[in-house]
Amino acid sequence: MTEMIDIKPVVADYDSMIKPDKVHSDLYSNADIYEDELDKIFNNTWVWVGHESEVPDVGSYKTAMIGRHSVIVSRDRKKNIHVLLNRCRHRAATVCEGKRGKTKSFMCPYHGWGYSLDGALRAVPKPEEYEGVFDKSEYPLVSLRFETYQGLIFATFKEDLEPLEDFLGGAKKWIDLFVKQGGGYPLKVLGDHRFRFPGNWKIQLENTTDAYHFPIVHKSFVSSVDDQTAEVFDFLDGEGHVEDLGNGHSVMVMIPELVDLDKDLEAPIPERFQELADELAAEGHSDLEVRRMVRAVGGSGFNLNLFPNVACSMAFFRVLAPISVNETEIHHVAIGGEGAPSAFNQMRLRLHEHFQGPMGFGTPDDAEAWERVQKGSHAGTGEWILLNRGQENLTTSPDGNISGAVCSETGMRAAYQQWKKMMTA
Amino acid sequence: MTDLNLLNQVRAFIDTEADMLDFEQYAEWLDLWTPEGTYVVPIDPKETDFSNTLNYAYDKEEMRKLRVARLESGEAVSTQTTDKTVRQMGRFRILDESDTHVDVRCSMYLSECRHGNLKTYPADITYKLLKADGEFRIEEKVIRLQNSNSYLSSIGYIL
Repeated sequence: MTEMIDIKPVVADYDSMIKPDKVHSDLYSNADIYEDELDKIFNNTWVWVGHESEVPDVGSYKTAMIGRHSVIVSRDRKKNIHVLLNRCRHRAATVCEGKRGKTKSFMCPYHGWGYSLDGALRAVPKPEEYEGVFDKSEYPLVSLRFETYQGLIFATFKEDLEPLEDFLGGAKKWIDLFVKQGGGYPLKVLGDHRFRFPGNWKIQLENTTDAYHFPIVHKSFVSSVDDQTAEVFDFLDGEGHVEDLGNGHSVMVMIPELVDLDKDLEAPIPERFQELADELAAEGHSDLEVRRMVRAVGGSGFNLNLFPNVACSMAFFRVLAPISVNETEIHHVAIGGEGAPSAFNQMRLRLHEHFQGPMGFGTPDDAEAWERVQKGSHAGTGEWILLNRGQENLTTSPDGNISGAVCSETGMRAAYQQWKKMMTA
Repeated sequence: MTDLNLLNQVRAFIDTEADMLDFEQYAEWLDLWTPEGTYVVPIDPKETDFSNTLNYAYDKEEMRKLRVARLESGEAVSTQTTDKTVRQMGRFRILDESDTHVDVRCSMYLSECRHGNLKTYPADITYKLLKADGEFRIEEKVIRLQNSNSYLSSIGYIL
C-alpha cells in the first residue's frame, strides 16, 4: 500500500502520483507542488472571477483571486466589463481593497496614480517628471482576457487558450439548466458567505462531487428539516448519477426530478413552500408564475463542478481560492432573481443561511471533515487517497460520457485526470 | 444622566444571557426571547435590512429552536470539537428607552478553543429588550462581528 515517492522541489513525478483509482497524499501537503499548481493550473486555464450581476452598473466593481493574483472586475462608463490586475503599474500597490461596490476610479494609495474603470491611467502627480519618460497610455492596469457564459465571468492569463465555451464543453448544458433557478427572473447574486479552513483546495474541489458524505456529515441538517424535505435529501440510493463532462468538469445529479426547473410545474407544491406560494398568489402572481418560483426556490437538483475553482452547487455558486498549501478560502455565493418578488428572494436567502456559511447547519460540519482530512493526510510516509468507489460500475450517459452511481467518485477521478494533464503538460 | 438603576438591570440580564450560552443552558436561553424575536448575525455591519440581505444567521423562533436542537443532538461533528466558549460582555450603553422597550449596545469578547486553537471573536451587540412584568425579554439581538466583512471560520455554538 505504501510507497515512497521522491519529491523534488517544484518538479515532481506527477504521472506516478495520479493513478486511475487513487492519488498520492502529498498532493494535499507538499508546498512545492502547491506553487507548481498555481503556475500550471491557475495561471493556465479559465478561472471563475464572478457573475455579471455582481457588477450591474457603471462604476460597479468586485475583487477576486486567480491563484495568487488579485484582480478587479469592473464595469466602465460604456457598460463594458473589464478584468484588471489589482496592482499599480508604478510600484505594485493594490488599487482596490473592497469586496464589491461602486467607484468612479481606482486610485493607488501610495503615490496617487489614478486609473479609470477600464484600467486606463488617467493621472499621475508631478506629470512633468515623466515628460519624455513615458506616455500614460503605455501604463494602464494590466487587462486580462475574459469571456462569459450565461453571465458567469471567467478570466485567464493565457492569451492563446481555447475559447471559454470550448473549455466548458459538456458543462454548458448544465449551466443552462442551473440558471433557470431565478424562477422566471434573471439570476442575481444576493451576497456571499466567506470562510477559511485549514486544508488544501482540492479537498473542497472533491467535496462538491461527493454525495457519499452527505448522510453522515449532514445528519444534523437532515434532522432540522421536515420529513418531506428529508426524503428529498435521502438521495444515495436514488436514481441520481455522476457524469464526467471532460476537462475536469463533472455533474452530480442528486435529485433527478429537479434537474429541469421548467418541467413538472404542475407537481404538488411541497409543504414547506406552501406559505410562500400563498403569499406570492396573494400578491397577484398567476398560478403558473407561482409554481415556477416555488419549483425554483430550493435550487437545482445537481452540483456542477467546474475545474478548477467554481461549482454551480444546487442553489449557489461555491468558489474556492487557494491561500496556501494547507489553507483555502471558500465563498458560498447566494443567488436569487433580479426583480423577483421579495418573498421569493427572502426564502432563497433563508434557505442559504440554513445550510451554508460558517454558522449554517451544514458547512461547519463539512469544514470539520476537511480539516481532519488535511491533518490525517500528513500521517504516514507514502499513503494514498482512494478514489475508486464505483469504478467497476460505470455506464455511458445519453451524452456519451462516463457515468457512475450518485455516490461514485467519478467526478473526483475526472478532476484529477485534468490535474494530471495540466501538471504534466 | 444615565439611569444607573436601569443600566444595572440591563447588565444583569445580558450577563445572565451570556452565562447561559457559555454554560450551554439553551432551554433557559430560548425562554429569554419573545416569540417574534429575531437573532441576527449580519455580514455587513452597516446593514439594517436583515430580512432582504444575506446574513450569517437570521433566526426567528423556529430556527432558534432548531439551532439549539442541533447543538444538543450530538449529530453535528463540528459542535463536538469546540470546547466551551468564554465571553465577556462590557461597555454597556442605553441607546433608547420607552415605556415598553429598552435599546442597548454593548461589546462582547468571545474566545473559543477548537482543536486546541484559541480564537477570539470581538463583536458589537445591540439588543432590543421588551419590558415584561418587571423582567426583560429579547425582541432583537444583532451581533456585528468585528471581522464579519472579511472571512470567518466555523462557528459551532451560539454567539
